[in-house]
Amino acid sequence: MNFSKLDMQMLQTISDMNGIPKGAVNIRLNGEAVLRNSSPNIKITSKTDKPGMNVEIRPGTRNETVHVPVVLTQSGLNDKVYNTFIVGEDADVVIIAGCGIHNEAHANSRHDGIHDIIVKKGARLLYTEKHYGQGEGAGKRILNPTTVVTVEDGAYCEMELVQIKGVDDTIRNTEAVIHKKGNLRIVEKLLTQGDQNAVSDIKIVIEGKGGTAQVLSRSVAQEHSMQSFHAALTGKTECFGHVECDAIIMGNAVIRSIPELHAENAEAVLTHEAAIGKIAGEQLIKLMSLGLTEEEAVNTILDGFLK
Amino acid sequence: MLKLENIWLEVGNGNGENKDILKGINLEFQKGKIYAITGPNGGGKTSIAKVIMGIYHQSEGNIVLEGEDISDLSVTERARKGIAYAFQQPPRFKGLTVSDLMNIALPGLDNLQLRTYLRDVGLCPEDYMDRPLGAGLSGGEIKRIEIAQLLAKNSAISIFDEPEAGVDLWTIQKLIGIIIERYKNNPDKTAVIITHNENVLPICDEIIVIDEGHLKERGTTDEIWHLIKDDIQCKNRELCRGEMINEF
Repeated sequence: MNFSKLDMQMLQTISDMNGIPKGAVNIRLNGEAVLRNSSPNIKITSKTDKPGMNVEIRPGTRNETVHVPVVLTQSGLNDKVYNTFIVGEDADVVIIAGCGIHNEAHANSRHDGIHDIIVKKGARLLYTEKHYGQGEGAGKRILNPTTVVTVEDGAYCEMELVQIKGVDDTIRNTEAVIHKKGNLRIVEKLLTQGDQNAVSDIKIVIEGKGGTAQVLSRSVAQEHSMQSFHAALTGKTECFGHVECDAIIMGNAVIRSIPELHAENAEAVLTHEAAIGKIAGEQLIKLMSLGLTEEEAVNTILDGFLK
Repeated sequence: MLKLENIWLEVGNGNGENKDILKGINLEFQKGKIYAITGPNGGGKTSIAKVIMGIYHQSEGNIVLEGEDISDLSVTERARKGIAYAFQQPPRFKGLTVSDLMNIALPGLDNLQLRTYLRDVGLCPEDYMDRPLGAGLSGGEIKRIEIAQLLAKNSAISIFDEPEAGVDLWTIQKLIGIIIERYKNNPDKTAVIITHNENVLPICDEIIVIDEGHLKERGTTDEIWHLIKDDIQCKNRELCRGEMINEF
């Protein structure tokens, strides 16, 4: 498969790929899996009942990375895909997902990625998913990810979910169940501009004793964009959970932030912090006193905030 | 040379009324000298620094740098002309690390330089280089990083605003040595230190006393130090005992 310069640019942006990576990889382009490689420890197969794939990582697999990016460059495409990732017991791997939409026309382009992630006992997973849109067309770039995560006993899952820029509409649903001594950390970073709209709904249930969950949300809403963030954390047993939502609001943007804690056990320790505010004037002045222009100072602060 | 010519600064006092913070300040800062600005709290010392940096805009008067009136220049333009200011209470930044900020102060800063500047302010480079400049750092740590930035920036005119505040005695002693080494008799540099510290004041070439927006005293350290020494030392002793006094 030969990828165009545009395809490679999109792949690089969403998954840091400068070429076809070694190891397990599945590249989905305009609604079709155009390149697929399994590795001895990571098997990728197509689903038989619906579009999508199963990624099965053998127990004990260490230091391997799976790349599963999606690129849409065909305007008007409505792509929906169901993917299941099973990280075997005691494995320690990285999954690099991500979706980029290039839309130069008037029709909307949309990708709905529905992911089921199971991190088996004692396994460790670092999952990154970057979303990006570009193109001068009036058609929207729409990304609606749904991710359901199961963190089994003693497993660890870290998810970095980033909306880089250029996504006109997104509804992000993330659900997780954490079992005994399981540990989940979600870091979500969103940038919206223009008239873009982003909704993020995170629901986490800690079912197992000693389970922990941490949700860190950093977002920047510029111009007339709108964001809504809702994180609900339920502790059913002795556990620890924390939700932190930090947002910078600029221009005429609107941000809603709704942290929700639900404890069903006296030993559940659940906390939240939420803050929305503009860039502090003293931060701008500080950076300008180091020689940056006001625009450079704003960009430096935003880049750092979303880094 | 940097000149402040008849600087007045008027600000709102929060009750819908205006108040003069600086009242006709005339000052000159020459290259090769270390200046101390001292005086009671609320007297206008930090306001002078902020007017020089362009953070506050004077209601009257001119600021002249090397013969050029820079009164209308922005903070950025003044920084690029060689004026640098270490804030008394530096802001924190979520996401930016110590090395990020140091690299903004001195673009292209290499690892060895970064380590040197952090050590100069008593910070272990390995422990601090990658630390975020957020709530995880104490006020004293943030302050020391602020001073390290000023040293890295190495501007022609460096203004230190109460470098001793929140910083331990050992670091202050080290910093005094660095200031002497960098600025004493350096024909290209000027240091202006806003301070009440009895160890910092004697190393300065000139002491300027500001009180209630006025220039109260100015002279060589030999001329001024003996006039204020007892008050300064008394104040520090009182503070050490935890007693509050409002002015010296």
